Amino acid sequence: MLYIEPSSSHSELTRRYPGSQNNGASYEICKKAKQVMSVTLPSVADWTAHMCLIRDNQDEAAFAELFRHFAPRVKAFLLKSGTEPTLAEECTQEALATVWNKAHLFDPTRASVATWIFTITRNRKIDALRKQRRPEPEDLVWGPQEEPDQADVLAMTQETKKLGAALTALPSKQRLLIEKAYFGELSHSEIAIETGLPLGTIKSRIRLALERLRHAMT
Amino acid sequence: MKQNQMIKHHLTDKILMAYSAGQLSEAFNLVVATHISMCDECRATMSSFDALGGALLEDETLDGEAAPDLQATMALIKADTPMERTPPPSRPTETPFPLVAYVGDNLDDVKWKSVGMGVKQAILKTSAEATARLLYIPAGVAVPDHGHHGTEFTLVLRGAYSDQTDHFKRGDVEIAGEDLHHTPVADVHSDCICLAVTDAPLKFSGVLPRLLQPLLRI
Ligand SMILES: [Zn+2]
Repeated sequence: MLYIEPSSSHSELTRRYPGSQNNGASYEICKKAKQVMSVTLPSVADWTAHMCLIRDNQDEAAFAELFRHFAPRVKAFLLKSGTEPTLAEECTQEALATVWNKAHLFDPTRASVATWIFTITRNRKIDALRKQRRPEPEDLVWGPQEEPDQADVLAMTQETKKLGAALTALPSKQRLLIEKAYFGELSHSEIAIETGLPLGTIKSRIRLALERLRHAMT
Repeated sequence: MKQNQMIKHHLTDKILMAYSAGQLSEAFNLVVATHISMCDECRATMSSFDALGGALLEDETLDGEAAPDLQATMALIKADTPMERTPPPSRPTETPFPLVAYVGDNLDDVKWKSVGMGVKQAILKTSAEATARLLYIPAGVAVPDHGHHGTEFTLVLRGAYSDQTDHFKRGDVEIAGEDLHHTPVADVHSDCICLAVTDAPLKFSGVLPRLLQPLLRI
C-alpha cells in the first residue's frame, strides 16, 4: 500500500470485490452522472463520471484523461509545498495510483474529485516529507446496495463551483494567506480561519450528505 | 462507528483547518481523527476545509517542470498486486478506528502504568513534537491539579469527568490552554478513559507530582 491503509469496512470489501453482487446501481449512477453533467455542468462534474468508470470498469482511458488533468496540478502543489522535483514526481505517481486503487472510497456527495485528490496528495506529502503516518478518521462508505442520490451529487458539484469562483474573486493578499497555510508555510498557530469564503454553505451540504449516509448505514 | 449525537464539546475551526492543511503533529492528528470518527459535525467542518484545499489544487498549474509520467503510473498500478482481502474481524465499537493502530482493539487490554492514586496511563508511540497518552481515572478519583505550558486536548473514550469548567462525556473533547488550571474528577458511576495530547509538559501544582514528572513523561 502506498500510504496508511484507512478503514477496510465490510461494505468496502464487497464494493471492491462485488462477486455475484448486483452492480446495477453503480452503472445507473454512472450513466446518470454522465448524462446530467455533460449537459448542464461541463468540466468540473465530468470527473465524477470518470471516477465511476475507474471504479466499476477499471477504465484506463478514463483514468488517462483524469491523470492529464490532475497529475500536473498534484505535482505543482507538491513543488510549491517544498518537495524536490524527483520526489514530487514520485509522490504524484503514487498519489494518482492511489486514486485508481481507492476509487471505491470516493463519495461524490461529500467531496469533489479535486477535493478527494487533494486529501490523497496531502497525506502522501506528510508521509514522504515528515516520514510519519497521519491518523485518518474512519472512512464512511456507501454499501453495495445503496447509492448516493444524484441530486446530492449535483448540489455538491454546484457548491464546489461556487467555492472555486469565490476563491478566484478573493483579494490576492487574503488568497496568499490561505495558500501559505495549505502549502505549509505557516505553523498552525499562525493560521487564520477567516478565509472570506462561503465555507458554511458547503459544510451544510456535507452535513446533509453525512446524515443520509448514516441513515443508509444503519 | 455509530455517531454519538450527544457530543457537546467540539474541536475548534482553527484546529480542523490546520488538520486539513496537514499542519499538525502526529499526536494532534490522532486526537483530531479520533474525535472526527465520533462526530459528524466536526467531520463536516473538516471536509469543508478539505474542499478549500481541493479548490487550491484545481487552480494549480505546472510550468517549467516535466509533466508527470502516465506510463510509469500505470506500471505502478499494475505492479501493485491486490492483497488477499478477508473481512476484518468484528471489533468492539468502543475504540474509534484511528486509535486501533496505537492501542489495539480493546481498551481493556491496554498495558497501563500507575501514576499514583489509582490513576494510570499509557504513552502512545507518536513523533516527538507532541505527546499522546491514554489516561485511566478510577470512578470518583481526581487527576492531580495541573496547568499547561502549551495546549492539552482531552478526549473522553469511556465514562465521563468533570472539572471547574464543565462535564465531559464520551466523544467530548476539552481544549485547555495555558490559562486553565484544572482538576478533572471522574464520575462516580464508572471509570473514565481519555486520550490526552499535549504539546508541552504539564505544570503540576503539588511538589510530589512535579518530582515524578520526568519519570512519568507527562
Ligand atoms: Zn465535534
